[in-house]
Amino acid sequence: MKFRSVFEIIGPVMIGPSSSHTAGAARIGLVARDLFGRQPEWARIHLYGSFAETYKGHGTDVAIIGGLLGYDTFDERIRTAFEDAEELGMSFEFIAEEEEMDHPNTAKLVIGDKEGVMELIGISIGGGTMEVVELNGFPLRLSGHFPALLVVHDDRAGVIANVSNAIAAQDMNIAHMEVGRKEKGEMALMVIEVDQVVNDELIEELRALPNVTQVSTLAN
Amino acid sequence: MDILFSNVKELVAVAEKEQQPISEIMIRQEMLLTRRSREEIFAQMENNLAVMENSVEEGLKGVHSPSGLTGGDAVLIQNYMKTGKSLSGELLLDAVSKAVATNEVNAAMGLICATPTAGAAGIVPGTLFAVKNKLNPTREQMVNYLFTTGAFGFIVANNASISGAAGGCQAETGSAASMAAAAIVEMAGGTPQQSAEGFSIVMKNMLGLVCDPVAGLVEVPCVKRNAMGAAKALVGADMALAGVVSVIPTDEVIEAMHKIGQSMPSALRETAKGGLAATPTGKALEAKIFGKDKESRDTVTK
Repeated sequence: MKFRSVFEIIGPVMIGPSSSHTAGAARIGLVARDLFGRQPEWARIHLYGSFAETYKGHGTDVAIIGGLLGYDTFDERIRTAFEDAEELGMSFEFIAEEEEMDHPNTAKLVIGDKEGVMELIGISIGGGTMEVVELNGFPLRLSGHFPALLVVHDDRAGVIANVSNAIAAQDMNIAHMEVGRKEKGEMALMVIEVDQVVNDELIEELRALPNVTQVSTLAN
Repeated sequence: MDILFSNVKELVAVAEKEQQPISEIMIRQEMLLTRRSREEIFAQMENNLAVMENSVEEGLKGVHSPSGLTGGDAVLIQNYMKTGKSLSGELLLDAVSKAVATNEVNAAMGLICATPTAGAAGIVPGTLFAVKNKLNPTREQMVNYLFTTGAFGFIVANNASISGAAGGCQAETGSAASMAAAAIVEMAGGTPQQSAEGFSIVMKNMLGLVCDPVAGLVEVPCVKRNAMGAAKALVGADMALAGVVSVIPTDEVIEAMHKIGQSMPSALRETAKGGLAATPTGKALEAKIFGKDKESRDTVTK
């Protein structure tokens, strides 16, 4: 089940003109910003398929930049996102790609600052709903049935135990969990699906854990 | 996770067994899936209703998109309707004008509520605020109208698609018009099965509709497809209320829509490469709006 709420059908409340190309795009930008954990200083955005063909007319570009600035789908500041980014000193570039991806509305966001770089591939699946399909080169296999936690961390002993303990302390049950890493001792990613709705308190707690670099939630 | 329905057959069966309208079954399913309270869920939908009401009002004042392709038609239709000369009837034209009003606001980058998408956002509110004048529903019944459209949309989104890029316009205005027909039937006092029939009758007349927006903008032909979607929703609902049934069951109609979408060439799925977008006038408008230099469209650096 990709759509889990009636408000994904009747909603979102949003700035026009396209739910998939404007609202869904803003959400891809917003999730990327959340995962990065701070305002990026620069962004390189690759667009594929229908996104690449029609992004200008749909305001996909301003919506993604708006998302990267922290604007939600209904935030009227989306209209002035380019000017706002310039004012904040965030540089950005859009590249329309020829390559065909599995989903027609695909965007690859490479964002960064002096501290680090993050790469996220998101798809906009209709009606303003989006999915993250790849993060920093890790393919994500989310069932979409449960709220998910994404935890980017350093590959060190004890991190997984600390994270699962924090979740257990909130009386939450893990439905499904996957751990992947780039190289031994380097960047790793935990994808955790839980039975309960994730609260902000837990996210803050996880962010404070040693060797945890980024935390975000999806689809809850 | 418990779920009350995942297709139309189950939805109608639960509604009949519980002797409840489809809107109520949708609210119960939402409570199960999101663990939120009935009050919270109802309040959020009430807010969506208020957003829709504002979009209609705004559009009826007359708005124009930045590209200049659309705007002002809602006002034209309202003025004509008031002359009393309308051939198709006042309620129908009222729905059409309010659907157009919402989509004109959307094209102008105004605030709207997607139903199920922004490009198809006119049909559900357009029909609701027109039928309202005849059926005099309470505010609660108007919110329930949205839950009923949502129940059918939820099934289409999960079993087929509501995205023009994936399934063409049949997945967007096709879904919206069919969802609206089902909700009109419920508001007019029809049974859950009659709602399903209304949905099917309309969807069968939307099958194959491609997504071919001129210049890639949600304007031409989107605004007029919302107009006709609203008209079809009303006629389909009337047919279902008259007792007309669909020979092909609703879930099979949805499956057919899904398969047609999958076999549509990409030029006809929101890429602005085929259909009306590829006509000489469509291309000329694209060149005029974005400039002839394709390079400048493909790369923006700031």
